[in-house]
Amino acid sequence: MRLNKIILSFVSALVILFSTSVASFAKVVGDKIILGAAISLTGKYSSNGVHTQNGYNMAVDRINSMGGVKVGGKTYKFDIIYYDDESNPKRAAQLAERLISQDGVEFMLGPYSSGLTKAIAPVTEKYGVPMVEANGASRSLFTKGYKYLFAVLAPANLYLDVAIDLAVEKNNGKGVTVAMAFEQDAFSQDVRLGVLDAIKRTGSKKVIDDKLPKELNDMAATLVKVKQMKPDVLVVSGHTKGALTAIRQISEMKVDVPMLAMTHCDAAKLSKQHGKNSQYALCASQWHKTLTYKDDFFKDGMTYDADFTKEFGYAPPYQAAESSAALLVFKDAFERADSFDQKKVRDALAATNMQTFYGNIKFAEGGQNVDKPMVLFQVMCDDAGKCENKVVAPTKWASAKLIHPIPSWSKR
Amino acid sequence: MISVQACLDGVLLGILFALIAYGMALQWGVMNIINIAQGDLVILGGYIAYFMYLYGIHPAWGVIVAPVIMFFVGIAIYKLVINKVVDRDLFISILATFGISILFMQLMNFAFGADVVLANSDYGTTMLFNNNVVLPNSKIFSAFISILFAICLVIYMKKSKLGRAIRATAQNARAAKILGVDTEKVYAATFGINAALCGVAGALISITFTIHPYMGLPYTIRSFMIVIVAGLGNLPGVAMSGMGLGVFEEFADYILGTEFRIGSVFLLLVLILVYRRFKLSRKREYLK
Repeated sequence: MRLNKIILSFVSALVILFSTSVASFAKVVGDKIILGAAISLTGKYSSNGVHTQNGYNMAVDRINSMGGVKVGGKTYKFDIIYYDDESNPKRAAQLAERLISQDGVEFMLGPYSSGLTKAIAPVTEKYGVPMVEANGASRSLFTKGYKYLFAVLAPANLYLDVAIDLAVEKNNGKGVTVAMAFEQDAFSQDVRLGVLDAIKRTGSKKVIDDKLPKELNDMAATLVKVKQMKPDVLVVSGHTKGALTAIRQISEMKVDVPMLAMTHCDAAKLSKQHGKNSQYALCASQWHKTLTYKDDFFKDGMTYDADFTKEFGYAPPYQAAESSAALLVFKDAFERADSFDQKKVRDALAATNMQTFYGNIKFAEGGQNVDKPMVLFQVMCDDAGKCENKVVAPTKWASAKLIHPIPSWSKR
Repeated sequence: MISVQACLDGVLLGILFALIAYGMALQWGVMNIINIAQGDLVILGGYIAYFMYLYGIHPAWGVIVAPVIMFFVGIAIYKLVINKVVDRDLFISILATFGISILFMQLMNFAFGADVVLANSDYGTTMLFNNNVVLPNSKIFSAFISILFAICLVIYMKKSKLGRAIRATAQNARAAKILGVDTEKVYAATFGINAALCGVAGALISITFTIHPYMGLPYTIRSFMIVIVAGLGNLPGVAMSGMGLGVFEEFADYILGTEFRIGSVFLLLVLILVYRRFKLSRKREYLK
């Protein structure tokens, strides 16, 4: 009997809670355009989730303080409802459903990571809710025929093919030998496909093609093979763990390769954690502060970097920059659509063609941004051991000259 | 030379895993508890060494500080949770430690953040056979410390009063109790010792590999496998099976490819279990 009473009061408490907390948010309340976002504020993606949220918030404040969004002759301000998806795809999908059907959100911002974007995209698509995402790069997001998904970032298959092109250029246009080590997750495997395309296109040859298990943080066996095969390029992609493990073991095992290219150096704080051992590593990046793209809100990369650092106390990784760019895209689309009709906003998004401090943005049929190349930066250290990331490719954006080949460990 | 390299890499890796498995075997044998949170205790130990490193203390000192702190963490976990499930069904203890594992992951994530981190020892590298075989000194250091701790523990178990009490409890808890052994204390100490061993291993892992709040489970699984292969109460067996699995893994990686590394280890485990069962069935005796 007592148990029944407890259950009854628990259920009634829940009912009361839900009935009071489900406020009827709509797409536009007063002078506010309300966007919804499920972000990883806890769980394994929480660091990058916070970068994403900071990027969104920074752009909301900036756009609002600079006059807001003008639609139908009236000025609106952005506001975002956040939920914590706990880095869990199932939870992210549930929250997207909740944002749309309970909170009445009609425009969404993306979560962090390809995996979570993949979980949310079918929901936004089902309800016809336009979503601008800034942190899901997996190629498979753009091949499903989604009509309401727009990504401001370059797809994963473009991350490291620049490195192969660069190596071929340094080899006087002749093909090179490539060793590959990629984690077995959707993102890294997409990066791998891009590298394979580049190998084929340039007449290069793959000599090692290792798939690293997710849970593994030991690459010694792969590196032994690299020492034997002496490839011209070693490419590694395994999120932050892969980048940190690779640099640690390459330096410990004194593996000499003329070119080392990887992903996630930024997120791994490579030069901070490994210091001089990370020198000469080439890193794929969506954005770098020295790029000379411009817009009216953040001016350019250097200004964005300074403003973000002032506000949040740390330098913005590219995850924050691309998140800020997503808001600029929404503002532009609302103003061009001159309406809050989802279909019209969607069409305006599809017709986007603009420059932001983060890069040019123009969406292909699948929703990926095709107007912004990836950049490669190289970790360069001075004699005092202070390391900096300097853009070396594509040549148009280079702020330093590529150091190639990497000096052998015996000469360092 | 490649086989020498793979062999040595495997042995060094295996010794480190064996240390974690050693703790697991000890508490499994004594308390009949399979600790799913084993890997999380390892990671927590790693964070202790990492924070020492952040504050300018060489992370190698973590192998002394981490076990001390982890011993008390172990005792606390025992007092709060484990003592309530110690004489229950094995399934209950798995559930309880699984809960502890999730709690630890989330707490570590909350407290230390979700970044992958490491501690640099700057120990350099040893080159052998005309520079054809390369061994990071951090791995050699890890193996050396693991062996040292294992030897100390074996001696402690043989010579000390508590060690003898632990062994007696493992053999027959009821009889030990009747003969005046305070089994409650023995259980708490065993869990504390296991956590301390995890602390040592964690500090070594932060020096040799990387740590992350969610990276504990692979260490639990690996130590579980080593104990399964070696059998309970077989401490030299744990060391041998740890090293054996390490070497097998490296060779599988080299010959079959990295993607088959973990798979081949699991295949080996299945084969060993089938073989064991086959051997047992031939030995089966019937009561008449």
